[in-house]
Amino acid sequence: MTDRRFKKRTIFLIAYLIFALLPIYWMVNMSFKTNQEILSSFSLLPQAFTWDNYKTIFTDESWYSGYINSLIYVAINTTISLTVALPAAYAFSRYSFLGDKHVFFWLLTNRMTPPAVFLLPFFQLYTTVGLMDTHLAVALAHLLFNVPLAVWILEGFMSGIPREIDETAYIDGYSFPRFFITIFLPLIKAGVGVAAFFCFMFSWVELLLARTLTSVNAKPIVATMTRTVSASGMDWATLAAAGVLTIVPGAIVIWFVRHYIAKGFAMGRV
Amino acid sequence: MSRIDLDLAHSYKPNPQEDGDYALLPLKMSFEDGGAYALLGPSGCGKTTMLNIMSGLLVPSHGSVKFDGQDMTRATPQQRNIAQVFQFPVIYDTMTVAENLAFPLKNRKVPAHQIQARVGQIAEMLEMSHQLDMRAAGLSADQKQKISLGRGLVRPDVSAVLFDEPLTVIDPHLKWQLRRKLKQIHHELKLTLIYVTHDQVEALTFADQVVVMTRGKVVQMGTPEALFERPAHTFVGHFIGSPGMNFLPANVAEGALSVGGLGLSADRELPAGEIKLGIRPEYLRLVPVGAIGALPATVRQVQDIGTYLLVTCDVAGQTLKARLAPDATPPAVGDRVGLQVLGEHTCYYKNEELMA
Amino acid sequence: MSVTTKPVNQKAWFLILPVFICVAFSAILPLMTVVNYSVQDIISPERRVFVGTEWFAAVMRDEDLHAALWNQLKFSGAVLLVEIPLGIALALSMPAAGWKASATLVIVALSLLIPWNVVGTIWQIFGRADIGLMGATLQRLGIEYSYTGDALHAWLTVLLMDIWHWTPLVALLAYAGLRSIPDAYYHAARIDGASKFAVFRYIQLPKMRGVLMIAVLLRFMDSFMIYTEPFVLTGGGPGNATTFLSQYLTQKAVGQFDLGPAAAFSLIYFLIILLFCFVLYNWMQRLGQTEKEGGHD
Repeated sequence: MTDRRFKKRTIFLIAYLIFALLPIYWMVNMSFKTNQEILSSFSLLPQAFTWDNYKTIFTDESWYSGYINSLIYVAINTTISLTVALPAAYAFSRYSFLGDKHVFFWLLTNRMTPPAVFLLPFFQLYTTVGLMDTHLAVALAHLLFNVPLAVWILEGFMSGIPREIDETAYIDGYSFPRFFITIFLPLIKAGVGVAAFFCFMFSWVELLLARTLTSVNAKPIVATMTRTVSASGMDWATLAAAGVLTIVPGAIVIWFVRHYIAKGFAMGRV
Repeated sequence: MSRIDLDLAHSYKPNPQEDGDYALLPLKMSFEDGGAYALLGPSGCGKTTMLNIMSGLLVPSHGSVKFDGQDMTRATPQQRNIAQVFQFPVIYDTMTVAENLAFPLKNRKVPAHQIQARVGQIAEMLEMSHQLDMRAAGLSADQKQKISLGRGLVRPDVSAVLFDEPLTVIDPHLKWQLRRKLKQIHHELKLTLIYVTHDQVEALTFADQVVVMTRGKVVQMGTPEALFERPAHTFVGHFIGSPGMNFLPANVAEGALSVGGLGLSADRELPAGEIKLGIRPEYLRLVPVGAIGALPATVRQVQDIGTYLLVTCDVAGQTLKARLAPDATPPAVGDRVGLQVLGEHTCYYKNEELMA
Repeated sequence: MSVTTKPVNQKAWFLILPVFICVAFSAILPLMTVVNYSVQDIISPERRVFVGTEWFAAVMRDEDLHAALWNQLKFSGAVLLVEIPLGIALALSMPAAGWKASATLVIVALSLLIPWNVVGTIWQIFGRADIGLMGATLQRLGIEYSYTGDALHAWLTVLLMDIWHWTPLVALLAYAGLRSIPDAYYHAARIDGASKFAVFRYIQLPKMRGVLMIAVLLRFMDSFMIYTEPFVLTGGGPGNATTFLSQYLTQKAVGQFDLGPAAAFSLIYFLIILLFCFVLYNWMQRLGQTEKEGGHD
């Protein structure tokens, strides 16, 4: 009985994994082809295998600086998001105060704003304060959707930690910052890992705001990629290679937080 | 209801080499139908492993489990028709108290009117009748654990009900009440109950037969009296009793017993070699210095525990404790006294095992 | 554990303050700009006329908006209907521990890490009947498939792309929720003779309620705002088959430079999402209110 059930599940899982990997396989496949081959014929493996697309990316500064720019603002964004979200999530999980529920929902509403709505106002705002085309501009703009998410996730984790722990620490004479950093933070490091992954991911893949707020100096990889659409047609091959390379940093991040995800994310909310 | 025979060993490792690799060392024992048993031992001694093997949550790596002589080693909990209550309350959040209690019966397709009657009866016993329509999730931990107990007891035809430290989360007052309740239920329903605990008071007051375990090994199975009077292993003597048994290294040479160089005359035949004397603090008598057969000792501490006086003495580099009646005249700290260690209650151990 | 209420402490506001400042900087000023635009007719940067609620009235009457909204609702509904159950099923079938679990997690998460325009581009090729794996396979199976020519095919392709792209988010959340259920629950269910379905219905689903709420809301919000992927894949076509709200908005704001109506439209758009989320949020809260009170683990 259990064996058959197990088999059914495994078959389903494998089927899904294949479904998940097929488009990625096709992208990898394309990245080793020339544009001409991509557009002229259908083949499961590159007929004229080439590293040229990757070479283009690694040798052309406008390409690889895109990755660096993206990494910079994603790192800034993730750091700020977590730094401000941690105390806020603690406040939401531990205290009730005037307007707490409203503020919590208001935070969430910011995640509901279509970026398209804010494109123009953002452009004007950042031009006014002189932040246009800086990493900080994109990092700040992405706070809009990452901070609420980080607060939301962290609050779930923190609610799972019994309040007695806080009280014991205060009785033992810990100050709030010391308690928070030396005792509380280690307890919710799983939550921090998961929140960091989600912040990283959403900031990494966002295109509209990142493209609007940058032109040259801070141009992110997602925007650089739109360059492949040009008058002379699409540069599919380079785009595919760039796409493959964009997966790498995220895959590394998820490799580091995989245990945290498996070990009980959202204990409090469950 | 049935008799359960175990003849098995269990290791979580694939190829156990030494004793330490086993969660349960090879053992052979039986639980009679309708008995009230306790598995007693410190945490990590293998008692929960044994319970899970009996209930069918775990298949032993070696040997067999028999119910009424029938091999059930690989049978599921359902086929064994066993009930189990866990350490922490497990309740079905979305259901009411009544639905929670009815769940095991419903899964076995018991007719609705029988379910209702039985749930009513169990709720009555646990004094939860007034809460039947409440959402189980909103209740306190005590109440939730009562529901878990109820779910364990609700099936009238089970082979046995297994309890895995079920009263851990319950506050002391209610604990006592619930334990009495379980005892009463045992008398009324004549179910086989097996109760795992690390609390000796719980085990000794609940069970007719207590199984004492340590490090994956069953060291003694017997009545509470037997465990107290004749511990089969120094561990049992040490673990049971408050405080535990006193142990005194001794030597037997050419039929003569000596403790710390002092000769004593035993009332039993003893084999030669290093042995240990075991004396319950209850049976250790204080006598004047120099009395015949008494060891000279120095009083280190006298504590008034309330129901008795506890006197701690030094004897030949060993510490012994004696329990005196609360109205006895206690010696003063620093006094020289004699201790009568030999008597009919004294136990003799060789290699930690009882020999006489 | 009995239900404990949180102590009242107004000083907690100081802990919220950094978040408040960060988000307010990014949200309130731009929002005010949008509100400002929405009540003016901007003829040129120097010449503006206050028009009150005129744009709002105009937007509400706009037939194209109605079509885009309807399209959007159908799409978001389909997304939730497919991705939530699929994500749960996926989480249930993922291994619990060991290298297999790690490998599965990473593979499942891959699609989330691809920039949205790349997602669109890959599927653009992937779906082409002449050079794409999916298009060619369908063609060989005898299905006349064309996401550029057939409105239904286009719509289904965008949906499939979204399922491929975002089901992992649901799965990761559900998986994390599942892993946090103590073994004792599964043991108790076996002892109680519960069927696999009963275990799912009475243990796993209630315990996943919290994370599923995050998943449902996130997927709803994000699918309601979907822009980049369908824009790259189909450009909204054929016809208006895959023109969703945000695309329509961008056309208005950027394409036609109708700042006033676009701003009014933005606000209406925002309010629609807010309304739906509010309803969903409260509905799901109530659905499991008692469970939340009782959760000790």
